[in-house]
Amino acid sequence: MKALLKHRELILVAAIAVLIGLISLRFPAFIAPRNMVRVFDDTSILAILALGQMLVILTRCIDLSMAANLALCGMVMAMLNAAFPGIPMPLLLAVGISLGAGLGAINGLLVWKLDIPSIVVTLGTMTIFRGSIFLLSSGQWVNAHQMSDAFKALPRAVMLGLPVSSWIAIAVIGLFVLLMSRTPLGRSFYAVGVNPTASVYTGIDVGRTRFFAFTIAGAVAGLAGYLWVARYAVAYVDIAGGFELQIIAACVIGGISIAGGIGTVGGAVLGALFLGVVNNALPVINVSPFAQMAISGAVIVIAVIFNARNERKKGRIILKKAEKAEVAP
Amino acid sequence: MHKVLETEAAAPSLTLSGISKSFPGVKALDNIALELYPGQVTALIGENGAGKSTLVKIMTGIYQPDGGAITLNGQDITLPTAHAALGLGITAIHQETVLFDELSVAENIFLGHAPRTRFGMIDWRKLRAEAKDILASMGAPIDPNARLKDLSIANKHLVAVARALSIEAQIVIMDEPTAALSHKEIEELFVLIDLLKQDGKAILFISHKFDEIFRVADRYAVFRDGEMVGAGLMKDTEQSQLVRMMVGRSVERAFPKLDVTPGDVVLDVNNLSHPTEFEDISFSLREGEILGFYGLVGAGRTEVMQTLFGITKPSGGSVRLDGKPALAKNPAKAIESGIVYVPEERGRQGAITGLPIFQNISLPSLKKTSKSGFLRLAEEFALARKYSERLDLRASSLSQEVGTLSGGNQQKVVIGKWLATAPRVIILDEPTKGIDIGSKAAVHEFISELAADGLAIIMVSSELPEIMGMSDNVIVMREGRIAGRFAREHLDAETLVRTAAGIEGDPA
Repeated sequence: MKALLKHRELILVAAIAVLIGLISLRFPAFIAPRNMVRVFDDTSILAILALGQMLVILTRCIDLSMAANLALCGMVMAMLNAAFPGIPMPLLLAVGISLGAGLGAINGLLVWKLDIPSIVVTLGTMTIFRGSIFLLSSGQWVNAHQMSDAFKALPRAVMLGLPVSSWIAIAVIGLFVLLMSRTPLGRSFYAVGVNPTASVYTGIDVGRTRFFAFTIAGAVAGLAGYLWVARYAVAYVDIAGGFELQIIAACVIGGISIAGGIGTVGGAVLGALFLGVVNNALPVINVSPFAQMAISGAVIVIAVIFNARNERKKGRIILKKAEKAEVAP
Repeated sequence: MHKVLETEAAAPSLTLSGISKSFPGVKALDNIALELYPGQVTALIGENGAGKSTLVKIMTGIYQPDGGAITLNGQDITLPTAHAALGLGITAIHQETVLFDELSVAENIFLGHAPRTRFGMIDWRKLRAEAKDILASMGAPIDPNARLKDLSIANKHLVAVARALSIEAQIVIMDEPTAALSHKEIEELFVLIDLLKQDGKAILFISHKFDEIFRVADRYAVFRDGEMVGAGLMKDTEQSQLVRMMVGRSVERAFPKLDVTPGDVVLDVNNLSHPTEFEDISFSLREGEILGFYGLVGAGRTEVMQTLFGITKPSGGSVRLDGKPALAKNPAKAIESGIVYVPEERGRQGAITGLPIFQNISLPSLKKTSKSGFLRLAEEFALARKYSERLDLRASSLSQEVGTLSGGNQQKVVIGKWLATAPRVIILDEPTKGIDIGSKAAVHEFISELAADGLAIIMVSSELPEIMGMSDNVIVMREGRIAGRFAREHLDAETLVRTAAGIEGDPA
């Protein structure tokens, strides 16, 4: 299965390369390093969020509230910044990330302690989070001129050729690689997703593991909330509306199984990049926004079919090997 | 008591002859011949693993036999699918009824053969009326419009019987139908069975309970290790004869049990009770001892073990490990204190089949193999290598997924994972269920070595040879209570079976 997944990641890399190649045939400017950096930076928020969602999906859950969480954290940070421009950025970021983690923890607690299906829990909290933004802001926007320069400038500041938001994404990717491959918690996300019952019998608390997945997903949503609000220099009730589906789409394209237990950091990031390239390339080649939505949708369906086929193949291989193993003395 | 029917000379409705069925490594059925007569109940008796459920699956079209013939009313038939079996009037009522909870009683009765209107739509009025008639003819006080999920298990059985009547079934198979019923409900079921008999149905009745068999059956057939070892009329037999046939004359002790002098008491369980599953469970376990738990399926053995492992909470009683209180709140705590559990359903509860071997083995020991919160793969591999070598695990590499291993090797992974935690007590629940004979012997040998190394072992098993061959002491459970305790030198197959089934009196 590992080999298949590696295979899957190679296919994604190839697909992205072909896509970029095709577009640059007609628009050579697309492949210019500066534009590539821009595309990557454009995708950084989606990539960060897809990683958080990946944890949740691995444990056989789903988080529909990530975009609403992002919007609520972004609004709180924007309002804090507008009201108290003196709050240093690290502190403000810490507040945002903690708030996101707290909101994620609410999802996690409901799933863990009350044993409610995550799709229902997060559908509810999604609406609650959006409603809270309205209550907090009375429906008012926080506009660019109300935000401090430091608040707006940080993600765009360039370090070693890349904007800080890209560096943040790279750091988050690095942390996730460490988390998934080098910590007991990362291992237990996989165990719980592959076989929750056997995980219980191995001493892993399934609910608690899910709680951590939701909390981490919330934390990255909080971080993404800052990046989003600072990048577009505006905060209002509906920012990132519908983005939760893009996040899930990035995961699906990246080969993270909706059935849980299968998925890698590389897959989630590549899935996000693929969507990022598609979203950036289609306007360049003059595809109408409506056709863009249809094309993005088609890509997702193709990815799902691909996933389903992969998992079927896996079944056949297991049977053959199992038979062979049974015959062997 | 049972009726002696005048129809004994009648031709059988269903005849099985020469039926055989093999699975890789196991011969489940060997040359079975069985006849079911109209208006009579035939009891099918046998230990777990004797091949009863395989036979039921063949009769209901779920498995295909490797050889043999089936005739229905003198005509040769084949049962390629479950649908074909149903079409020929063969239906089964299982322990846990296989019906649709969200549908109404009437819909359940007529699902798949509902009366139609002229336009091909379901004729609801007729469907409800007919359902009502059938239930009334059975004397069943069930509203045909009720949701099935709102009914008791006994009433669900009644619906299943009504379904059998509605498809005009000729052959009704009842696979341990009383296992989840109260005494009163069992009596009601027996009245129904009489009704089915009067209707001329041929009934195959599978049960472990001898009092029921003698109450309801006209004939018997005894299975042992996939063979039919006896059949005849109930009036010509008695309990002790059936028990002897089930068990065989002698159970060979060809087991690699090493002689171990048990050491100090490790585990001390006192009056452990659960509100609904078991009560008053007391026993102690010594270093190097293998304590067997025998009983019928549903006697409460697994439930006791799950309580010791912290999966279920008891209502009272105490557990002491090395003299210290050790009633585990959850599995993690049990593992920490040194009690580990190899569950019965290997694929669902034991192995995490999608993960590689080394990750399965290291999973409960990650604290030990990691350093300042980070995993060390080299340590994990070393641990996995140590235990896979010790267990003689056959795999191409330690990165192989556990799901691709044979059952026996999967079980070795599960046992290896626990040994890596250096436990004090290991609980093995049906440790060789469903694994091939070669691996079985290897697992037995290994269990024996573990005991010799001083590990305290509890082995739950429904297989008599395994219990008798491996245990130093045996506890027999029946209906949630301890029904008997036997030391190795006093083990006797018939006594064990009698104690488990609750048969009174001396062996003949």
